[in-house]
Amino acid sequence: MRLECPLPKFDFDIITLGHGSGGLLSQRLLQCGVFDVLKNDILNQQHDGAIIEVNGKMAMSTDSFVVTPLFFPGGDIGELAINGTVNDLAMCGAAAKYLTLAFILEEGLPITEFWEILVSIKEAATKAGVIIITGDTKVVEKGKGDKIFINTSGIGIVHPKADIHHNRIVPGDQIIISGPIASHGVAIMSLRKGLEFETTIQSDTRNLKYITQQLFDSFGNDIHFMRDPTRGGVASVLNEVAGLTQLGYFLDQKQISINEQVEGACEMLGLDPLYVANEGIFIAIVKASIADEFINQLKKNNEFSSAAIIGTVVDEHYGKVVMKSRVGGRRVVNYLTGEQLPRIC
Amino acid sequence: MCLAIPGKIISITPQLNETFLTGKVSFGGILKEVNLSMVPEVAVNDYVLVHVGVAINKVDEEEALKTFEYLKQIGELEELSSGD
Amino acid sequence: MKYLSEYRDPELVKQFAEELYRITTKAWTIMEICGGQTHSLVKNGILEMLPKEIKMVHGPGCPVCVTPISIIDEAILLSEKTNVILCSFGDMLRVPGTKKSLLEAKATGADVRILYSPLEAVKLAIQNPEKEVVFLAVGFETTAPANALSIIHAHKMNVHNYSMLTSHVLVPPAMEAILSDPENKIDAFLAAGHVCSIMGICEYEPISKKYNTPIVVTGFEPVDLLQGISMAVHQLEKGICKVENQYVRAVQREGNLIAQHTIHEVFDITDRSWRGIGQIPKSGYELNEQYKKFNARIKFHLSATAIDDANECISGKIMKGLKNPIQCPHFGKKCNPEHPLGAPMVSSEGACAAYYHYRSIETFV
Repeated sequence: MRLECPLPKFDFDIITLGHGSGGLLSQRLLQCGVFDVLKNDILNQQHDGAIIEVNGKMAMSTDSFVVTPLFFPGGDIGELAINGTVNDLAMCGAAAKYLTLAFILEEGLPITEFWEILVSIKEAATKAGVIIITGDTKVVEKGKGDKIFINTSGIGIVHPKADIHHNRIVPGDQIIISGPIASHGVAIMSLRKGLEFETTIQSDTRNLKYITQQLFDSFGNDIHFMRDPTRGGVASVLNEVAGLTQLGYFLDQKQISINEQVEGACEMLGLDPLYVANEGIFIAIVKASIADEFINQLKKNNEFSSAAIIGTVVDEHYGKVVMKSRVGGRRVVNYLTGEQLPRIC
Repeated sequence: MCLAIPGKIISITPQLNETFLTGKVSFGGILKEVNLSMVPEVAVNDYVLVHVGVAINKVDEEEALKTFEYLKQIGELEELSSGD
Repeated sequence: MKYLSEYRDPELVKQFAEELYRITTKAWTIMEICGGQTHSLVKNGILEMLPKEIKMVHGPGCPVCVTPISIIDEAILLSEKTNVILCSFGDMLRVPGTKKSLLEAKATGADVRILYSPLEAVKLAIQNPEKEVVFLAVGFETTAPANALSIIHAHKMNVHNYSMLTSHVLVPPAMEAILSDPENKIDAFLAAGHVCSIMGICEYEPISKKYNTPIVVTGFEPVDLLQGISMAVHQLEKGICKVENQYVRAVQREGNLIAQHTIHEVFDITDRSWRGIGQIPKSGYELNEQYKKFNARIKFHLSATAIDDANECISGKIMKGLKNPIQCPHFGKKCNPEHPLGAPMVSSEGACAAYYHYRSIETFV
């Protein structure tokens, strides 16, 4: 329990159907909890919608969050819900400003857990310089949800120098990754029943808003493309782009960094880290001439000290991602077929 | 058919009557409880090959080095035979 | 990571590859038995580092691929009973049975759980006394000690609600079945390193002698595979025929005697049906008389009949090394991991799936 935001005096321990009914219980939950934590001038209006004024080209994004367990090393679903949408906007070249927040709560969710998630949301939003301007709360019967589902939508102003689109990618472009891979997915897996193990690995969840804005300041439209490799990992993002552009993407495995414990866990469970989820790194495809400077700028920040050029866009093996393995031979990095499962073979 | 990974034994749990010999094994820093009944002679800091939660064999450090000597030996053998 | 990274050293790999080029003068066909070895060869791009005279063919060492459809159906049937928790290794979940896979059964409400170890299944049984916990025990000899330990543990702890659906298979009978096929063209074998870690090397000596085929017990890392292939080619080029051990850091001649004893305490050797190949006598394990109360087939009165795959699937030829996945007319077209026609496309250890995931026809052929 976070001491700086103590649990207010609720006269209930768990969320019930009444809290989603729109009646007195709903009001009590929102007034004593949600509005209090998230308060800002716009939200305080308590309208059905939020009225805002924006100048400039805008980007908008939405994402839903269903992670289990809700609390994991390095974060929780609340933090993911803010960073996820902020990062989607960052990948469009936009600095997130306003977010919506919708909950679907399962009957029986302990109020202490709901509170902790709310406080996480507030902290992550403050860190990312965003405010929640409107939202919604529904409650479903026990067994019809998985404790809590969250949706956030966001809008942000696109950086005046940003021009992100996959059709700007050309052969010769350099493929850059901002940090070590697979940490988030492995942190989650370490708690999964039947597979658990002890580790100090933490989820890499963080907002990518400020670093990306800095990079647009310096490099503008020499940054051709950006994406954060969440579900499905690095391999899925690159395969998607390869399919859209019908160019070839050639990677060098020894440039892709991975934390030793994360690698140990992947070895033990038989997982390929290229397909494991990340929440705090991004892939950038940039003009070759700025690639080295791009890396240098990233590395000035501690959080991105493992940034590296991991590959090149090429005029061959169209639509395919190919990787030179650590030992020198090549393999195709294909699309994942369904969810990656631990294996014994 | 057999994903078995080498890990370092960090601790061995004292064995009770009816229980199996178990210990904590580290794979690059992550720790997993592993059944050691198939390798009862192991000690802390030994390396074992672990498959589905069971240590199937101890990794022989001395033998492990032989792989790296192989090419040198082949080279020496070829030199000897070409010198005949 | 120690004992992994050193065997992935690119400089050493290069030296072994150069050595292979130096010694290879004729065309040789070598089969690696184990799906894990196939996986490593293709994933590390080692196949393209070999001299073109060396043809690697991929053996039936994928217990997922060779598990009969009837056993998948049995597992699904059990999982759909309201009081059953069906536990399995992740590898088995996507294998299609006659109508669906375990993953699909899970999606429609069956209680199917992925576990890292069969010992976890016994824990689950103790924690859920009102449920029946069934473990789908698939594997070669490597997995047998763990499966046996789970039975011994359940027996010692008096756990009545744990049982095992066994689909254990053995390597030496499979090798014999391959070598005795009149179409067989294999010159040498790489035997499965972790199977031999348990069972030792002695069983392979009579096979090597009978069929005049060199056998090299090989590990799984790039350096291991290249050294194993190198040792096999050395023998072939010099006309030698014997069993050699490349994987000396993990395999002793007699194997792990305690593990063998544990296996034989719990299992008897039986005849087994191999998907895509057919019946091979004395090629599997089943729970013996003493531990039959843990046999899910007996407990739940199961009696499935063997069903064959679609006629179009040439898995038998693939697993015997008579055809390469790319030579199958349906590879990558009618047959792919989402809609597999048969066993080797189903699991990531199957030859067809390994080729599909890590290579593509357009890129490398």
